[in-house]
Amino acid sequence: MDFKFTEDEEAFRRKVHQWLKHEIPQRWTELDPGIWEETEESWALAREFQRKLGQKGWIAPAYPKEYGGLELSHMKRLILSEELAYNRTPMSIEEEITVNWVGPSIMLFGTEKQKKEYLTRIARGDVIFCLGYSEPNAGSDLASLQTRAVEVGDEYVINGQKTWCSYGHLADYCWLAARTDPDAPRHEGISIFIVDMKTPGITVRPLINILNRHSFNEVFFDDVHIPRENLVGQKNKGWYQLVIALDLERSSIGYAAGNQRIIEELIKYVKETTRNGEPLANDCLTRNELAQLVVENEVARMMAYRIAWMFSKGLHPSYESSMSMVFVSEVMRRTANAGMRILGHYGELDRDSKWSVMNSRIMRMCLSSLSIGVGGGSNEIQRNIIAIRGLGLPRR
Amino acid sequence: MDLGLSEEQEMLKKSARDFLQRECPKKLVRQLDESDEGYSSELWRKMAELGWMGLAFPEEYGGSGRNFLDLAILLEEMGYNIVPGPFFSTVVLGGLTILTAGNEEQKMRFLPKIARGEMILSLALTEPTASYDAASVNTKAIARNGEYVIKGTKLFVLNANVADYILCVARTRKTKDPEDGITVFLVDARSPGLKCTLLKTLARDKQCEVVFDDVTVLEKSIVGKRDEGWPIVKAILQKAAVAKCAEMVGGAQAALDRAVNYAKERVQFGRPIGSFQAIQHYCANMAMDVGGSRFVTYKAAWRVSEDLPAALDAAIAKAWVSEAYGRVALSAHQIFGAIGFTMDHDIHLYYRQAKAAEIIFGGADFHRAIVARELGL
Repeated sequence: MDFKFTEDEEAFRRKVHQWLKHEIPQRWTELDPGIWEETEESWALAREFQRKLGQKGWIAPAYPKEYGGLELSHMKRLILSEELAYNRTPMSIEEEITVNWVGPSIMLFGTEKQKKEYLTRIARGDVIFCLGYSEPNAGSDLASLQTRAVEVGDEYVINGQKTWCSYGHLADYCWLAARTDPDAPRHEGISIFIVDMKTPGITVRPLINILNRHSFNEVFFDDVHIPRENLVGQKNKGWYQLVIALDLERSSIGYAAGNQRIIEELIKYVKETTRNGEPLANDCLTRNELAQLVVENEVARMMAYRIAWMFSKGLHPSYESSMSMVFVSEVMRRTANAGMRILGHYGELDRDSKWSVMNSRIMRMCLSSLSIGVGGGSNEIQRNIIAIRGLGLPRR
Repeated sequence: MDLGLSEEQEMLKKSARDFLQRECPKKLVRQLDESDEGYSSELWRKMAELGWMGLAFPEEYGGSGRNFLDLAILLEEMGYNIVPGPFFSTVVLGGLTILTAGNEEQKMRFLPKIARGEMILSLALTEPTASYDAASVNTKAIARNGEYVIKGTKLFVLNANVADYILCVARTRKTKDPEDGITVFLVDARSPGLKCTLLKTLARDKQCEVVFDDVTVLEKSIVGKRDEGWPIVKAILQKAAVAKCAEMVGGAQAALDRAVNYAKERVQFGRPIGSFQAIQHYCANMAMDVGGSRFVTYKAAWRVSEDLPAALDAAIAKAWVSEAYGRVALSAHQIFGAIGFTMDHDIHLYYRQAKAAEIIFGGADFHRAIVARELGL
């Protein structure tokens, strides 16, 4: 057992940290968009920055070199993710989906042509995919999705409705799950497609999120014709591909690292704040609350480290990732709540007020953290996975 | 970074699990819990033959030269099985203290005997204030003709009833700084004036009241330096907190395993209760608590083992694991339902262990206070 990073890994961390310190644009820091707070301006800044990151090979460091990756070790990828999140690097949630779900799926199931066409561009930060998974009646029960893809000659024709497509209005492609055999058992008739978002017949309608921002969309497909070669992997085997992709490396280390930063800011705040004529840092309830956040975040960090370590040993975590995800999502919500208690009235203020503290991060986190235990498999679904896959409890 | 056990550690873990399942069945655990001594001399001898007592002592003192992390892994298995007896107080509280703070003569005199299973130790630190701060040490040791006379009452002293020697933390000088003037003595438990009374506790874990009524000890029984004993105590407490976490991780894993097995077998409404989502989610939460506890504990144990500063990590571990094990044991009871509420069933043994372990060496609040201090608050 050894909990330290090697000298080489520490040097890599310093290198990433230094680079980010110099390269993150001032304007981005001013805009300070948290998760689900993208605007068109911040999106453009993030895209531009991602291309810079891509030049360093740091967008998809795991990819083979021939596809623009660095074949970086799991531990260095862990460090990179930690630094990117801690330093609030310009990026959006779709980056994660594109790089960690779509890319690896193409690598595993795609044709040579698809690999050539997409992987390098993903690694360079040139393209962004949105997910076309959820539908109005297919949320947690994703396998009940109804969007149809019918093979007609050299094409597939798609009809149906997707929802919760984050940044679907800005993405280049949609990674779409559609039903190709309506008569087969529900897990046997789903296929995965790449759909260019500029294809005629696609209508994108905004859903305004709880932070009053346009991040999600409903996407309607009306007789959308796509080339047959945009099928990824085997027809009707999409469900299994999708499940494997969900298990691909998905370390929640970014969340823990981002949360770490918030906790540090809260600590700084209580040191600088006087309440009832006393430094807030002397208040024992506040100290207790902050200490508990530090404890929980350390547990979350160790859970995420464990995932990276398992990968580095050639093991394949599945329920362990669910544990890590559920845990950190709840730590983030508790951090937001504890932050609100500590800041009191000041925690309520939005950013346009001259009175706002910590750039209203706690108030925004109070809202944004509601999504973390819901999107990408709700915490209830994750707990089912832990119980059934991890502990072997019966389904029926 | 490597979060896995070495081959040697895996072997230690497996052999400990097998041995304890064979040699320390729950029937024996109950017998010992109900007895006054609280340990089996036969089991004690066998454990010594396996080299467990001297596991973390250097070979020159009769040990196997393994480290604290190895000891933590052994303690995890002892927690998994529940092993009543003075192992923790003898090895962690007594042995490791003598090893790190004792002089050569003390090491040669005590450690080989501990390793051979021929000596039981105990630590008399807490007093009627029941807390772990220096100001609470009011038992006095007064120098007289090259000897010291100890007077005071120690409470919650683990396994003092069977100890051969007791490490007594006493005040030799009173200044404005409560951490100044504390001295650690090695006291023969048969000394005149020393009276030990067993306390009846929730976990039936043989905590005692030890009254020192003018107990005389020689100057050479001082561990470390006179008046400078508090750093020794702090170091013991840090190691003890981490070691206790390791034991708790094992206990929590056992409670989880038992609850999961029961949930797979117990049928209600025509199906195993483990197929109900309510039960599944209890189990998932327990698994998260156990997994999270294990890695923060290993991290702290690794730091202690490597002699790195471990105050923050030890406090993080004890703050977390204390509460996590409590939650796991409680959920296990909920899953077992009525049957768990009987003396005949084993699960209450874990619930009791969780409660006692949560409190000893400071509970979650105590350790969160340390975390806050370590963060510069």
